[in-house]
Amino acid sequence: MLLDVRNIVGTKRRALGRNGIRVGALAFSLVPGVLALGFYARTLAKTPAAPFRQSSTTPSPLQTPSQANAQGTPETSQPPSTKAGLNVVVLDPAHGGTDPGARGTGGIRESEVVLDFAAQVRKALEAQGFQVVQTRQGNEDPTFDDRSAIANAQTGAVFVTLHIASTGLPGTARVYVNWDLPGTTEAGGVIPWDRAQVPFQGLSRKLGDMVQGLLAQRFKGSPNLAQTAAVRQLRTTAAPAIAVEISSVVVDDRADLDRMAPGVADAIATGVAQFRPSYVVASTPGGTP
Amino acid sequence: MARWIKWTIGLLCVAVIVGAIYLPILRRRMARAAKLQQQTAEQARRELTQAVPVNPGEPKVKAKFYWASGNGDGSLVETTIELPLSSEPVLRSKQVLNTLLAGPVDAELRTLPPDAVLLAFYILPRGTAVADFSEALATAIPSGIQSEQMAVDSITRTLEANVPQVQRLKILIHGQEVETLAGHLDLMGTFVVNTKSVQESPAVPAPVTTPVTTPVAAPPSATSPASTRKPAAPSTDKPAATPPTAKPSAGALTPGEGPGTLAQPEREL
Repeated sequence: MLLDVRNIVGTKRRALGRNGIRVGALAFSLVPGVLALGFYARTLAKTPAAPFRQSSTTPSPLQTPSQANAQGTPETSQPPSTKAGLNVVVLDPAHGGTDPGARGTGGIRESEVVLDFAAQVRKALEAQGFQVVQTRQGNEDPTFDDRSAIANAQTGAVFVTLHIASTGLPGTARVYVNWDLPGTTEAGGVIPWDRAQVPFQGLSRKLGDMVQGLLAQRFKGSPNLAQTAAVRQLRTTAAPAIAVEISSVVVDDRADLDRMAPGVADAIATGVAQFRPSYVVASTPGGTP
Repeated sequence: MARWIKWTIGLLCVAVIVGAIYLPILRRRMARAAKLQQQTAEQARRELTQAVPVNPGEPKVKAKFYWASGNGDGSLVETTIELPLSSEPVLRSKQVLNTLLAGPVDAELRTLPPDAVLLAFYILPRGTAVADFSEALATAIPSGIQSEQMAVDSITRTLEANVPQVQRLKILIHGQEVETLAGHLDLMGTFVVNTKSVQESPAVPAPVTTPVTTPVAAPPSATSPASTRKPAAPSTDKPAATPPTAKPSAGALTPGEGPGTLAQPEREL
């Protein structure tokens, strides 16, 4: 009887041992896989939004229908103007893609705000009869050269790049232009690409002062004249080119910035319209005035 | 269901729960360790590079520094500090730049990030200086045209006021030429420091009147839309604006002098 009990207990122990080995083997083979899956899922959850994801799911009140259906290629507004002279405005919402630009503590990202501002500026410019080309429609990040190239391919264009600062008096706006670039030409009279702005610096200054004056009327504390800065984006642009920077991403509420959009749009559109008569346009893209 | 399957499922569930709890803890620890390591490296670099020997025998001079005015408009104010500065230009430049980096008494008026370090500084013949800063200068500076221009202005104006031998400045980040400081300001060229000297002996080609037929050279990237542009033709009459020939101001960029051309004056001598 005692032997029988021992046999039974021994059999059960052996069976349990075999099962234990199976369980252990399975667990060791499956656990890393499960953990890897869990880790991958966490990583995916933290990955930045895909292009256009935000604009398509949570459209901003500032967005236009054309922006909501944005595509990656530069988009030209309709109808194209047939007027001679300045008729194209290349609008450049800065940053984008993996480059968010300035970031506020409240989660405000420069790349998103400027896209919404661009929509407002575009509407105001179209209302003035300008054809508008945007360097990006969604969350892409074209290179500086690609953005300049869009402007340089146009005839009779001006270039406006939009920025939101991370410093400065909130509620003010500044216009920047390149100024002190040394003029030079290579053999054959070709302007080097990296100094394409040189022949246009005077015109850029004039456009910048006009827009800045209008911004100063709308936003107290803004300077009356355009500032000089070595803005990389402007240097390779073969057109009258200005950078407009709005202060700032440090505001607590994004609505504080959004409220500035109509005023900024109106100032830019009016400034470009006032500038139009003073721009004698080259007959070919990239040509100098 | 077989018992061993139940055991397996049970064990897997336990493993998943343990993993879900432990992984975030592990990631936090790793992030903390990485940050600590970075800080330690930055501190070590600062200790190694920032200590500029100051000879107490040097006469004290009134050095001028340019920090933010605090108005929020990007302007700078001059602050005078008495320091025993070296008469040797490179050493003197290092001393004034390290003082500038250390910042004013009011930290709100800083123009450069507190973690930024001057790694190297040297002056080429003809007065072009090269300042090599740590990565913190680019990563910790507030992003924006105004803040980046203010940082460069504070450097160039401080050098202009204290080291007359420096005529132009090339800024490197950790030994590398970078396209922008923090996404806006152009660092591909050299900045004018001493406007008077630059006017007297230009090291870059003098401005020329651009012919109206001047086309623009192709961009570096052949894939950009401008590569399809047609050659430029003469524009209509009456140029609306002439190419500016204004005197360069301190901090102005002269893109022609990248690292490739910086070496040229050395060869000439």
